[in-house]
Amino acid sequence: MVAASTPPSLSVTLRVWRQAGPKTLGQFKDYAAKDLNPNMSFLEMLDVVNDGLTIKGEEPIAFAHDCREGICGTCSLTINGKPHGPGRAIATCQTYLRSFRDGDIIVVEPFRAAAFPLVKDLVVDRTSFDQIMQAGGFITARAGSAPEANGLPIAKGVADLAMDAAQCIGCGACVAACKNASAMLFVSAKVGHLGLLPQGQAERDRRVLAMVHTMDEAGFGSCTNQYECSAACPKTISHDFIARLNRDYLGATLRRAFQPEAATTDGGGA
Amino acid sequence: MNLVGSFFGSSIGRKIIMALTGVILIGFVVVHLVGNLQIFQHPDQINGYAQFLHQLGPLLWVARIGLIAAALLHIWAATVLTLENKRARGGDYAFKHTIQATFASRAMRWTGVVVLAFLIYHLAHFTFGVVQTETFKDTPPLNHYLMQNDYRVAGFTVVKAGADVANVHSMVILGFQHKAVAVFYIVAVGLLSLHLLHGFNSLFQSLGLRNAKWSGLLHKAALALCVVYFLGNLAIPGAVLTGKLRPQTAKVAAPAQR
Ligand code: HEM
Ligand code: FES
Repeated sequence: MVAASTPPSLSVTLRVWRQAGPKTLGQFKDYAAKDLNPNMSFLEMLDVVNDGLTIKGEEPIAFAHDCREGICGTCSLTINGKPHGPGRAIATCQTYLRSFRDGDIIVVEPFRAAAFPLVKDLVVDRTSFDQIMQAGGFITARAGSAPEANGLPIAKGVADLAMDAAQCIGCGACVAACKNASAMLFVSAKVGHLGLLPQGQAERDRRVLAMVHTMDEAGFGSCTNQYECSAACPKTISHDFIARLNRDYLGATLRRAFQPEAATTDGGGA
Repeated sequence: MNLVGSFFGSSIGRKIIMALTGVILIGFVVVHLVGNLQIFQHPDQINGYAQFLHQLGPLLWVARIGLIAAALLHIWAATVLTLENKRARGGDYAFKHTIQATFASRAMRWTGVVVLAFLIYHLAHFTFGVVQTETFKDTPPLNHYLMQNDYRVAGFTVVKAGADVANVHSMVILGFQHKAVAVFYIVAVGLLSLHLLHGFNSLFQSLGLRNAKWSGLLHKAALALCVVYFLGNLAIPGAVLTGKLRPQTAKVAAPAQR
């Protein structure tokens, strides 16, 4: 048997959120996208639509994208109310038109969260994630050359779990899917990743307190344990990390409150 | 931030407050139900039990103040977090989609509000006698009931036979003979059970005591708790509505000789 070389093409109507800038009012506009190859990615379809708009002298749809292979987390947009579209464990750039049917009306909206202010059309500003990372999503250590691989023993199970958390690409789908626009899944992945590994221990308490504080300051919501985040996550980060974050936060809060204070900060003696 | 600030001023801290006060409230409603089910025994039981609680005096007030504080903190955290969560979304999605959040979890806010309204009516009804006053336990003839046997708690006699106590048994049954009231109770405890279904699951997550290894078991336990809790609560107004529970007027005795 020989597979059909050209699958039947499909045509859809895109109902896209258009907004010239953060201060202007936005609205939906319909675009007919005709005779598309079902093996096109969602972003490639937007490219085709934008080509048409450019030729007609209209403003193309602004959307964010970079790697187009599911590793950078830039392609943040919402398709029919779900971040990254109907698939599971994939980003928008890995969503193909074969997930839709001929004649579908597809609603395309930006991620909606007060902490992700809109820049233009489908593009939002996710600087708040960077601020959370700057508050503690790192290890303050001499960054010399790579150490001997087995110099620091880490149990296999722990390493695997840390790697699960480290898969987070910071795309913001968790915030977009959450009923409360909460960033808990993102923060829990970052805190969990470093908190599981030996290198992360020295700053573990400071990290969780600072990152949660920055998250709150940025105007994200709180977790109501509905797990829309992990269901929308293109990397299927588990909400078990959120439980771990809560536990870490509680522990760090209590430890900090009852820790004696050092008399001096200059290494002992007055 | 100091300790108080970390709990009251942060999102996770407030969730921990909701979880801990939730534990207290769940503990209360379960114990309360177990106490109430004594209505299916001899009137001595529930009347002796109510008398015993009132005899606790200052201890009863400690428990009441603790419960009021827990309820107020729970409602405060729920309100503050809900307002913040609304603000965090900014503009709403035009296309609203839910991937897998449960109905119980999405209904928390209004099930909570209905339970609060119910609680207010309930206290006005059975604790303060502000509504349905004619069948309140302090209104004659319900203010007198002669204990026929000793009422014991953990083997100790706490209310003696012959004691003159309030007739809570008749108060509850007469109260539920108003169909609308009985139905309101049933609907309210149904919504409370739904509130508890998500609440019981959720509090473990908020306290960091849940993971995929046992979340399935936890959910089954939550479901079992809520179904049993609902059926237990349904039984009392249900039995009055169906005529299975009747006030034992014959035993509403004359004032005790002193
Ligand atoms: C069918 C269900 C229920 C029945 C028959 C019932 C019955 C009663 C009775 C008879 C009292 C007064 C006891 C006395 O002072 O003599 C009482 C008090 C109370 N009930 Fe209920 N109750 C029910 C459900 C609930 C529920 C679901 C809640 C909580 C949400 C609740 C919360 C309270 C509170 C807070 C008090 C006051 C306790 C106090 O006086 O310190 N009850 N209940
Ligand atoms: S464009 Fe990089 S993840 Fe989609």
